[in-house]
Amino acid sequence: MKLHEYQAKELLRRHGVPVPPGEAAHTVEDAVKAAEALGGNFWVVKAQVHAGGRGKGRFKEVAAAADLEAVLAGAAEVPGKGGVQLCRSIEGVREAAAMMLGNTLVTKQTGAAGVVVKTVLVTTGADIARELYAALLLDRQTSRILLMASTEGGTEIEEVAAVNPGAIHKVSIDPVTGLGDWQARQLAAKLGLTGKAFNGAVKMFLSLYQTYMATDSSMLEINPLVVSSDGDVVALDAKFMIDDNALFRQKEITSWYDAGEDDAAEVEAASYNLNFVKLDGTIGCLVNGAGLAMATMDIIKFYGGEPANFLDVGGGANKDQVKAALGIITKDPAVKAILVNIFGGIMRCDVIAAGIIAAVAETGLQVPLIARLEGTNAELGRKLLSESGLAIITATSLADAAEKSVAAVAGK
Amino acid sequence: MAVLVDHNTRLITQGITGSSGAFHSRMCKAYGTNLVGGVTPGKGGTWFEGEVPIFNTVAEAVKYTAANATMIFVPPPYAADAIMEAADAGIKLIVCITEGIPANDMVKAWRYLQGKDCRLIGPNCPGIITPGAAKIGIMPGHIHLPGRIGVVSRSGTLTYEAVGQLTALGLGQSTCIGIGGDPIIGTNHTEALRLFNDDPDTDAVIMIGEIGGSAEEAACAWAKANMSKPIIGFIAGATAPPGRRMGHAGAIISGGQGRAEDKYAAMSDAGVHIVRSPAEMGRRMKEVLIEAGLL
Repeated sequence: MKLHEYQAKELLRRHGVPVPPGEAAHTVEDAVKAAEALGGNFWVVKAQVHAGGRGKGRFKEVAAAADLEAVLAGAAEVPGKGGVQLCRSIEGVREAAAMMLGNTLVTKQTGAAGVVVKTVLVTTGADIARELYAALLLDRQTSRILLMASTEGGTEIEEVAAVNPGAIHKVSIDPVTGLGDWQARQLAAKLGLTGKAFNGAVKMFLSLYQTYMATDSSMLEINPLVVSSDGDVVALDAKFMIDDNALFRQKEITSWYDAGEDDAAEVEAASYNLNFVKLDGTIGCLVNGAGLAMATMDIIKFYGGEPANFLDVGGGANKDQVKAALGIITKDPAVKAILVNIFGGIMRCDVIAAGIIAAVAETGLQVPLIARLEGTNAELGRKLLSESGLAIITATSLADAAEKSVAAVAGK
Repeated sequence: MAVLVDHNTRLITQGITGSSGAFHSRMCKAYGTNLVGGVTPGKGGTWFEGEVPIFNTVAEAVKYTAANATMIFVPPPYAADAIMEAADAGIKLIVCITEGIPANDMVKAWRYLQGKDCRLIGPNCPGIITPGAAKIGIMPGHIHLPGRIGVVSRSGTLTYEAVGQLTALGLGQSTCIGIGGDPIIGTNHTEALRLFNDDPDTDAVIMIGEIGGSAEEAACAWAKANMSKPIIGFIAGATAPPGRRMGHAGAIISGGQGRAEDKYAAMSDAGVHIVRSPAEMGRRMKEVLIEAGLL
């Protein structure tokens, strides 16, 4: 689960990580009040969306179509104002919040559809002498947590890794001891920090690790991590990824979930405990098991088709889940055929067949449905389908199913 | 002989009284696995189906049954603890079926297992089966056929698909290992390949990977230098978009890493016989066996 920047900074603040003062606002008036309460004569208004590239993003309702295309193409310079605006007056804060709230921000990462901004973060401006980078993440190669830092703050870490890998320094954390003070000191030294900034960075690394563990994160990124001209070390931006498997013990964080950030069909699927990812193709897929679901997408492509989704009904799906899954797939107007691919292990094919029949009986079938049932009770499942009188196309193998699906889309 | 499990396997189930634990303990027993006991804290001294003793701790179970393998169905919040308990009790083969264990819990459990004389399979896996001898896990036993092909995979049903194709062609399996779909797992592709390479009863291997991480690349580097048996390879998720988790916690392309194309390139470099269509795993295996004079 992803967090918004203002939520991430709240967590950091609680664990003693210095962040710039700021407040989240859902209305223009609240944004103005927040700026007034913060005081000073310089503020930053930041759109709260999960996607990156906010500063270079532009608003659908405001920007010209050509500028939006430039954003999507990753242009370095685009005219107009984006999802991060520097304001030198209260009136400026009002204008920035008004442009953002309720409007649709398009960034390189959101795609053309964009994301509606419901919250802005109003913060004070920062005094920036140096921009660094720090992140904690799960390192799959060592099965440990890795703290990494770079002298190239403000740049995407993938880009630094490609262009200047020597700027990235890593510390592998033993879970028995946690991050050692000495490891934090080593890292701060490698970044070339001294004096107050050195001590501030050491303290920040240790606090970041505490935050990471306490919040069950799987990724925590501070970019940029800023050193001020006074040597203060501050987390200017923060990205968290919370481990979905640990949400059961992170009740407060779970309550911060923003369903508006996710595809509506994906949110609905999750409510039925279905793993669903929307794709751009025309063949809807209903499969049991994540690996087989991916393989089904792959074989559709192999035979010249395009999958409309990834959908794993799980190992022990019941009739209602199958029905819900079919409902979600058929809601997508791009879907021209549906491929049901089940290899029954724990799951019985007759249960799947009953689910299909119930769903089709209720909602009808607007597009061809190709079913391939294999494994436990496959015979019985096929028999149920053929006796149902429904126009379901049965397939005898994975390849046969994919070919028939692609042919169905082509109208053959 | 096959690898890791055979007629000498003495299995216990941790979480034997839960619905999944009970169901699959029954199925494994019906397949012929020597199920010698179970563990459910607080239910020690009772019996599972009147004939399998239940203990409060794994240590007790080992003491009274000489168990050498365990199958874990303990719910996610407690599963990492169950893995460590099994290792501490001296269990040699720990198969963790549980899906959804917090990654930070697994970081600790993985660390705890270092230096201990045991092997973890999973978590979030279908388990391991030596057809005709023993099954530890949730896979349907009836699709398997005893034989000489090893299968290693991160996925459950996709493994069944591969097995189904092999069996349909009359190609039996020595052992099938589902290593699990999580980012942190015990036995990885490299170790599974090494086991099959060393097994005199395995002639060739089907290796099924998926997007995410770089375990397939590491296994291919190992295979290039060490593997003397043919490998058929498939990677699931060539059509998956980056940055999206595809069902499995570990199946995500992130930071430009974990792409199917990189894994296929590593396979190609290691001389693995690649199939781009998952429907071709069995047929390609047959061709390769014939070419190698093994069939």
